Amino acid sequence: VSRAKPEDDEYWNSSKFKAFTFDDDDDEFSRLKESKRAVNSILVDDDDDEEEEDGVERVSWSGEPVGSISWSVKETASSIRSGSEQSFPKIDTTPSLSKQGSGYSLSSLFKGDLYDTAVRTYAPELSHRKVRWKGNTRAGAFSLEKFRSLQDKLLLLDEAVAVYDGNLITAVLIYLKKSLSKEILFRELMARDVALRHYVHYLKEMGEQKLLVELMKALGRTEDMALMQYKEHLNIKDEGQRRDFLKSCLGLPFSQDDATHVQDHYTLLERQIIIEASDKKADAEIFKKFPRKASILNMPIITTLYYSCFYHYGESEGTYSSPENIRKTFRISEKQYILTALGARAKLKSWFDVDSLFNTKNWLGYTKKRSPIGFHRVVDILQKNSAPVNVLQEYVNLIDSPELKLSVALKYKCHDIVINTYRDLKDRQELVVYREKLERDSPEYRKIQELLNNVQIRWKN
Amino acid sequence: MAHTEWKDAPGLPDFSLLKRLARDQLIFLLEQLPGKKDLFIDADLMSPLDRIANVTILKQHEVDKLYKVELKPIVSSSDQLCFLIRPRIQTVKWISDLVNADKVAGRFRRYKIIFTPQKFYACETVLEEQGVYGDVTTDEWNFYILPLDDDILSLELPEFFRDNFLEGDQRWVTTAGSALRLLQSVYGSFSKVYGIGRCAKMVYESWRELMEDGEQRTRQPEFAKVFLVDRDVDFVTPLCSQVVYEGLVDDLFRIKCGSVEFGPDVTSSDKSIKVMLNSQDKVFSEIRNEHFSNVFGFLSQKAKNLQTAYDKRRGMDIQQMKAFVADELKGLKQEHRLLSLHIGASESMMKKKTKQDFQELLKTEHSLLEGFEIRECITYIEEHINRQVSMIDSLRLLCLLSITENGLLSKDYRSLKAQYLQSYGIEHLLTFANLRQLGLLEEQQAGETLTVMESKVGKLVNDKTVGKLTDAFSSLAKKSNFRALSKRLALVPKSGEEYDLRVPRDMAYVFSGAYIPLSCKLIEQVLERDGWTGMEEVTRMLNGQEFAVTGGSSSSEARSKTDAQRIVLVMFLGGCTFSEISALRFLGKERGCRFIVVTTAITNSSRLLEALLDNSA
Repeated sequence: VSRAKPEDDEYWNSSKFKAFTFDDDDDEFSRLKESKRAVNSILVDDDDDEEEEDGVERVSWSGEPVGSISWSVKETASSIRSGSEQSFPKIDTTPSLSKQGSGYSLSSLFKGDLYDTAVRTYAPELSHRKVRWKGNTRAGAFSLEKFRSLQDKLLLLDEAVAVYDGNLITAVLIYLKKSLSKEILFRELMARDVALRHYVHYLKEMGEQKLLVELMKALGRTEDMALMQYKEHLNIKDEGQRRDFLKSCLGLPFSQDDATHVQDHYTLLERQIIIEASDKKADAEIFKKFPRKASILNMPIITTLYYSCFYHYGESEGTYSSPENIRKTFRISEKQYILTALGARAKLKSWFDVDSLFNTKNWLGYTKKRSPIGFHRVVDILQKNSAPVNVLQEYVNLIDSPELKLSVALKYKCHDIVINTYRDLKDRQELVVYREKLERDSPEYRKIQELLNNVQIRWKN
Repeated sequence: MAHTEWKDAPGLPDFSLLKRLARDQLIFLLEQLPGKKDLFIDADLMSPLDRIANVTILKQHEVDKLYKVELKPIVSSSDQLCFLIRPRIQTVKWISDLVNADKVAGRFRRYKIIFTPQKFYACETVLEEQGVYGDVTTDEWNFYILPLDDDILSLELPEFFRDNFLEGDQRWVTTAGSALRLLQSVYGSFSKVYGIGRCAKMVYESWRELMEDGEQRTRQPEFAKVFLVDRDVDFVTPLCSQVVYEGLVDDLFRIKCGSVEFGPDVTSSDKSIKVMLNSQDKVFSEIRNEHFSNVFGFLSQKAKNLQTAYDKRRGMDIQQMKAFVADELKGLKQEHRLLSLHIGASESMMKKKTKQDFQELLKTEHSLLEGFEIRECITYIEEHINRQVSMIDSLRLLCLLSITENGLLSKDYRSLKAQYLQSYGIEHLLTFANLRQLGLLEEQQAGETLTVMESKVGKLVNDKTVGKLTDAFSSLAKKSNFRALSKRLALVPKSGEEYDLRVPRDMAYVFSGAYIPLSCKLIEQVLERDGWTGMEEVTRMLNGQEFAVTGGSSSSEARSKTDAQRIVLVMFLGGCTFSEISALRFLGKERGCRFIVVTTAITNSSRLLEALLDNSA
């Protein structure tokens, strides 16, 4: 997976430079020398490594104090050093906290087992080698080949983990990968979470999918293994191959829920391929009037449903492309179905279809409008699809809460509803205010005029 | 109104030195490959490079043509190719392929890779495995820190977050340690370090080792205190919608490396313009930390003042007019330009936010933070998903719901996940696996409490079933305990209380008075207590990992009177948001100190979640 996301920067659209945007601030070339000296003294310590190579131990392998300091470490000052004023203070490590710092960390739990003693025995040797390793990266002259026994190798690994240096951990793992059989390496990694995660990440970055799957299997992390294999489908461009690959994933040990989702994924792509093949050459009126902008392949389920409500509305449930079929196959909730169908039919301005979406007949045969989503939401969607006022008005009227109804009516300028609501509230003042917002002599204006002149209404204000 | 000016504020160190150091080292490295060469630059290094060097400087050091690394075949006639890249395996593989292709074609060139901020062994191994080790020379450009503003330093490593917290790869720990060492080498020592988080601890250790390795400097400190904090200590804050001006601009337009591109909708012309957003922009510096609701008023007042200043011209004689043009006009014009820009930006943001029903969204967020009407929130989120509106926003709300509620009820989790996959693509089940691993979006384990987990861990230890042990640990680390933390630290003010956003009374103003950022509250408390004493319960709920280390005692007394004592360096490992920076600026103003933020990258909810998506190859 590339992390180097393409920059949206227009200047870099082509690989060749056309324009450049560096700020042209003053060139401080004159100060170069001085700064360079500073750089060399502060940043680059590689150059003076040569001298240090032979012997000077600069790193304490276990993090235990070697020198001493005048820093006081909290009150307990368990690891106070003496001597050099400027040494660096250490984090107070009370017994419950291990080197890794966590009260629950692995290393504290494994304290006292064979590694601990072994490390102690081998410490100076390892420490020395680590310093060499650090100092020599540049020349590439370091060698890990001296670590041949399993015990040495593992000590090396644990040492790298103990200094928190991810680069070092990975370096040791690369060496172990080359010099240990997988079975042994996997077995040892099981007890080493930090190292294991570095190894997994390294394999991911190297694209060593097969080994990764084997590793997960060996660790008994079957769900992770299944997901890792499933992820591979993203790299398959050809839809037929992708479908077949998804089919092959069906038997993987997913969690119960995920197994259902992966099954859906396979079914979806299978259907999309069928629909795409037939719609590509479809010549029905709807396709001419609203040419397809993109293929339906690899779109989410809801997008597919929308597409089907748009192009295949009213088809019988028997066809794969029908909304009913998709709804049933993917167990789409009524709410979700209504929302999607509403969007698609409103886009086509099929107000009749919109209407029938909400019609329900009661046992006496009367038609009533009912919706699993709030009617204010319905109005929103209709309005976004530029429904005419008379359509909007009908649905605004269906909003239950009077306050909500009024605010929606105000928002979308459904004058009649606003006026009637104020009338029912006997709110004369609001009507007067509202009248001012209307065009003089428009029907609404006159309607308010009439109401205000009506002596039979008992206004509350 | 302006947070930038207050009496008695300590001055900040001059961080432009860091830019100069980086530039000079780059020049030094370019000189290591004498002669004309083409330079290939990693896409995400372009903007940082832009801030420290210019094309003239590169040309002066015989860089002929510049290209962006695109991982595609190249067209270059140069005999020397130089690659300036982040240490990524994929990029190195691409370079190896180029070299091998040249070899096949019988073409001889010299190749140099400059890794920044450092090289990784794994990258060099790729060169070795591909048989080009030796054909390609490698170097390191230790460009650790880019100053984005007077008080913001960035490592510009957005991948730090995913690598460290999701993948568990500690490759950047030493990088962060090196950045601190650099700051200490250039700006002097400190008297106290506090921190919380597993990574924070490792970074501290790494820093300590580096200092012990290297030369010791005795220097008056320029910042007295350092606070290290892991991003996963507080996920709630970066998941909230930002409502202070700078945060809002970042959420909507994406500030990149301190600069933003405003499109035609802002400039009200047909072209886009790029502007730097920092304290140099006098208009911006006055509104950046303000709650958005105050910005309009401020801008219109500013516009009126500007009008008055222009109006002075009326009735001027020639001499006065001349003086006006010479002394004031340029400043006024500049201000005019900036003002119209920020007014345009505000308008555009208002439009965008109205369109997405921002008010309703905020209401849901606030309810979640408060733990109020959770059912309604779930319904809202569900509809958000059903309508297929912003994939990231849906995910953000789900995560907020999960963290604030300590996980979702099993039936809610399943249903919401299923609906999410239906709306945005089934491949997102990989994203859900990531979020679960990170503890951002989880299913509640029925009746499981911390103590239950502990006893479980105990059993597993005896069983030595280590694989499972690991699982137990990671799920243990995930408990967010947000509700309890929020109560303990009073993060969410009682509802119904009036909050005057024009006169903020605490850091909660950055979230409309609804929530004090947890990260910033921790910093405030620790600085106040000078340590973690009395916060045992809080740290326990945050899974421990806190530390406080005191520096040399002899000199600290003497130092305490200096300005430096009142400068606090806060390092966010895994990214920090502009809202947090605003909150810290506010806190600094209240306490008469100043905060310098060092972050691995500027983040926000979109960047944070996008880093965890796994829905494309």
